[in-house]
Amino acid sequence: MNTAPAIGQPTTTPAGHWRNYFRFLARVAWESFDGNWTFYVWMTVLTAVALVGANAWAVQVRDGLALTHMNDHVSWGLYIANFTFLVGLAAGGVMMVIPAYLYHDEEMHHVVIIGELLAIAAIVMCLMFVVADLGRPDRFWHLLPGLGRFNFPVSMLTWDVIVLNVYLLLNLHICGYLLYMRFLGRPANPRWYVPFVFVSIVWAISIHTVTAFLYCGLGGRPFWNTALLAPRFLASAFVSGPAFIIVAIHVIRRVVGGDFASGPVRTLVNIMRVTILINLLMVVSEVFTEFYTGGAHTSSARYLYFGLHGHNALVPWIWTSLAMTVAAAALLLRPGVTGHPVLLISACALAFAGIWIEKGMGLIVPGFVPSTLHEMVEYQPSLIEWKITAGIWAVGLMIYTLALKVAMNVFPPAGAQTPLGVPAASWPRSPVSVADGR
Amino acid sequence: METRPDLPEPRRGLSRRGLLKGFGATLGLAAFAKAIAPLTEWAPTVSLDEFLQKHYLELSPVDLEIILRRLERETREQYGTDVTIADHRAPAGVKFGYALNLSICNGCRRCAEACHLENNHDRPSHQSYIRVFEMQKGSLDLEKGNVHYDHPVPQPDKFYLPVQCQQCERPPCVEVCPVEATWKEPDGIVVVDYNWCIGCRYCQAACPYHARRFNWTKPQIPATEINPDQSYLSNRIRPQGTMEKCHFCLHRTRNGRLPACLEACPTGARVFGNLLDPDSEIRQVLAHKRVFVLKEELGLRPQFFYFFDV
Repeated sequence: MNTAPAIGQPTTTPAGHWRNYFRFLARVAWESFDGNWTFYVWMTVLTAVALVGANAWAVQVRDGLALTHMNDHVSWGLYIANFTFLVGLAAGGVMMVIPAYLYHDEEMHHVVIIGELLAIAAIVMCLMFVVADLGRPDRFWHLLPGLGRFNFPVSMLTWDVIVLNVYLLLNLHICGYLLYMRFLGRPANPRWYVPFVFVSIVWAISIHTVTAFLYCGLGGRPFWNTALLAPRFLASAFVSGPAFIIVAIHVIRRVVGGDFASGPVRTLVNIMRVTILINLLMVVSEVFTEFYTGGAHTSSARYLYFGLHGHNALVPWIWTSLAMTVAAAALLLRPGVTGHPVLLISACALAFAGIWIEKGMGLIVPGFVPSTLHEMVEYQPSLIEWKITAGIWAVGLMIYTLALKVAMNVFPPAGAQTPLGVPAASWPRSPVSVADGR
Repeated sequence: METRPDLPEPRRGLSRRGLLKGFGATLGLAAFAKAIAPLTEWAPTVSLDEFLQKHYLELSPVDLEIILRRLERETREQYGTDVTIADHRAPAGVKFGYALNLSICNGCRRCAEACHLENNHDRPSHQSYIRVFEMQKGSLDLEKGNVHYDHPVPQPDKFYLPVQCQQCERPPCVEVCPVEATWKEPDGIVVVDYNWCIGCRYCQAACPYHARRFNWTKPQIPATEINPDQSYLSNRIRPQGTMEKCHFCLHRTRNGRLPACLEACPTGARVFGNLLDPDSEIRQVLAHKRVFVLKEELGLRPQFFYFFDV
């Protein structure tokens, strides 16, 4: 039929490796442009939204950030809000990796790539939001170590550049290696990915910690200047990440028509039951400290929750967020919620949206209101900010969709043991099957 | 030779589907090109020389000379007037300090206006590095201050607090900058390389004194109003998308002149000088007046002092 070596045949020559790898990439590209009608419609809609965003961004670069509603008082807005939230989403994927690798949860092992691919998509979105926020994206190269002047280790932003990019590379390597080996039909060699997985666990914690340090290291912004910020970031990330993954698993189930990963979903729900309560506890702790103490340092919190001097643009946002998080917690704590898809999906959607508001607009904007000289200037995103934000989310969802599709479809599981094409046999097994919380 | 040996079994209608896909992809690419077309209108405003320009502190004298002439040429092309852009270096043995007498400041805001004109600020936004707060007598609480007052000054129950860059000894804005586009000069002035700043605005978040201003759009100034006496690190017209701040009028003060805000002050409330010179007026103020700095608890050691003399 053809002269090329059969897929999976061990190739020893470097040329053979390159040929196989390009074939792998071609297969990925092919799979990315092929699907059923639902796939085409979904991708077309995302492309359209992404194009609107690209156009808005081009206009913003040309005419300046004046097209946003940011100003010298509120100098970060919707972009940095989304950036902060998405760092958490990227870190949240680790809540699948930890049960899979540290607790040897076999079933979680089979689907852990859903979380790792989410990390990739989320970090790409993070980087896009940072670029969208730059006044001079053309000077991006000033940030490159060696070429520009990298203010490391003094500036926390340089730490963030490092941890985010390394986290992206780690996950690209892990997912890419596993999929490539599956494509070749060869068992994955744990030496080539398990160490990276363990590094990625620590790294996931670091990305959100460093991102919190960006804000809490600023002495002039009392609203952010709290030691609770990094723990709160992590707690909320470990709610939003699992919430998104549970929804993703449900969507995949509908698409591939199977019923898999019920064990992992239960594990994720159990994790969320704890993390969402820790998150709420930290909110209560912070609110108590702010309001019981009072004084000028608490004006941002007063502005956020109740409005200040007649300015209350964020009050509806934060109470919506709180209500959503409390409702999600109540639903999640309901016994047997995993058996009720509608309730579970609602809980996840509520938790996700609630934390998007809290970690985004509810965290970034009040840091600037009132300003450091106590001027009251409010902020609501402009149309162009919403367009660019929607565009970046569309690109992120496209990346995630394609990555999942490739992981599921391109590599029909030889052993047919997993729906994601990663053969269970190739994963390291633990001698004892450790319970995953069930 | 087989071109795609490893692709799935050809399906029925693959060629038609392939054709449609090719059409869709072409359409998508065309739409993308159209979507980002505004970038082609922006790109010509950034010359290749500007794109490749090195950090100010890495420029050789020859490089710098070429850049200054290029900036003059670009100003002429874009703003229609001839300007001189010099490079004023920090003099040795000098550390600039500023003091402001709150007992006699009357809130007229001529300092803010002088800054606006001297430093080629954007006209429509009426930008200035100085904000003057009308404060309630008996309190230093900025929350009770008002920057938008519009009535004859001074009001009997008020005092006035002008705030500009405090030129901190430990400037948080400098620490946070990821690309070292802002730094503290030997004479104590915190400056920005407007051609190096990437516009992330982290410094603006870090500054506790609201001293930094961002160029949200390209500054607009009529040719006749442009101050032609400019310097690279100070009042040259800033590019869009970059940060700027008070630089103690270094194009004047490094030449032995006084800041524009001081010259404009009708009350004599402002005292500027060399902190290293024991006989300077500012040293006299620091030695004999009841002096304080804003937000001392933050430990940033501002070099801008306030005092009362009654």
